[in-house]
Amino acid sequence: MGASERTRRIGGSLGRAAMDGGGDDMSTETACCTRDGAATRREAAARTPRLIAWLALGLAAWTGLYLVIEPGAAWVTHRLLGLPAGTRIGSAVAFFLFEAPKVLLLLALVVFGVGIVRSFFTPERTRAILSGKRESVGNVLAALLGVVTPFCSCSAVPLFLGFVEVGIPLGVTLSFLVSAPMVNEVALVLLFGLFGWKVAALYLATGLAIAVVSGFVLGRLRLERWVEGWVYESMRQGASYEGERLGFAGRVDKGVESVRDVVGKVWPYVLAGIAVGAFIHGYVPEGLMAGIMGKQAWWSVPLAVVIGVPMYSNAAGIIPVVQALLGKGAALGTVLAFMMSVIALSLPEMVILRKVLRPQLIATFVGVVAAGILVVGFLFNAVL
Amino acid sequence: MRIQVLGTGCAKCKQLTANAEQALRELGLDAPVEKVEDVREIMKFRILSTPALVVDGAVRSVGRVLSPQAIRELLRV
Repeated sequence: MGASERTRRIGGSLGRAAMDGGGDDMSTETACCTRDGAATRREAAARTPRLIAWLALGLAAWTGLYLVIEPGAAWVTHRLLGLPAGTRIGSAVAFFLFEAPKVLLLLALVVFGVGIVRSFFTPERTRAILSGKRESVGNVLAALLGVVTPFCSCSAVPLFLGFVEVGIPLGVTLSFLVSAPMVNEVALVLLFGLFGWKVAALYLATGLAIAVVSGFVLGRLRLERWVEGWVYESMRQGASYEGERLGFAGRVDKGVESVRDVVGKVWPYVLAGIAVGAFIHGYVPEGLMAGIMGKQAWWSVPLAVVIGVPMYSNAAGIIPVVQALLGKGAALGTVLAFMMSVIALSLPEMVILRKVLRPQLIATFVGVVAAGILVVGFLFNAVL
Repeated sequence: MRIQVLGTGCAKCKQLTANAEQALRELGLDAPVEKVEDVREIMKFRILSTPALVVDGAVRSVGRVLSPQAIRELLRV
């Protein structure tokens, strides 16, 4: 999006009222501000070749940067700062200088990609896909859609009501509400970047499994009586918001928007977390955590969940802690259980959901999901 | 002109309200920005995510924080 494009948009809206564009003059076309109009789409289409060029250039720059991180970090640590390899401070600084840019770069790329993918899955479309699905199939679909649909816990209530309103079963709706925060792209990238694809895949698969199973179980329990009465009363028919139509350029804009939004918000946590990780990497002896959070301590999994549930942190904040724990000998299952209970179940979200759900239902919801997390924790400690 | 921001009071909703107020100031329009924070009232607009911007009863944007400039463009029609 060049400067000329911006001037055109501003120029186009200067005082000229809605003139439905038919001519070639872009400035009159943009004056019609129903962003889904044919004129806007034509304008966006004109941007496409330029955008593709920019994207290609960006990707090339990204790859270049990614490739220089490792030699760059080593050079800065050992040459520029003169810290010898093998010392504590040297290994901590090298770790930080390598991990921080690597994770931030990965994060930017993935968040951009996810932003584009998510522009295809608006909550409105997800609801349309889910409505009329039977329970078991619905639970699986809801969990999968929870990963790609944009969701913020402050929207939990409108989303819940909107789903229930079109007749999506309670259990299916809850599957979505479990998977949306728990299986999170930021967590996925950080796990992939710091621990490799196996841990990332494990997190993705078990997160989805918990969402599917706990939603299914909650659906079987017939908990509708614990949904606040007015929810079912308030169902009405009427026109709903259709959502906007986006062209290629609009989707790229969404990608850029989400990078600015997510990376702009989480980078301090990522850096702080990696700094903690770096300190541990350099200074804390191996195996320190093994006694408290190792495999042989069976009670460590429930303890991790009990501590994790009331805690609230975004994925970016918790992963570095995970890294620190794993690095020093804590068992993978225990750490995974801790992380999942922190990001999937949070006090603020429960408070928001209280507006539509009775406390009994919220307690059952937390109980079932926490039980699922426990099972995953024990399973991995036993198998790995 | 009636401008409403729908949202249960999260950070994004506050930002959208501020942006809408700025857009109105820049356009020289003297209209208040109404905040709709009650869930039942919000659900009357049949939206699935917040914050949302409503102009004269019509939902114009959902689930995102529009910039003051984008809001100006919306309001000008």
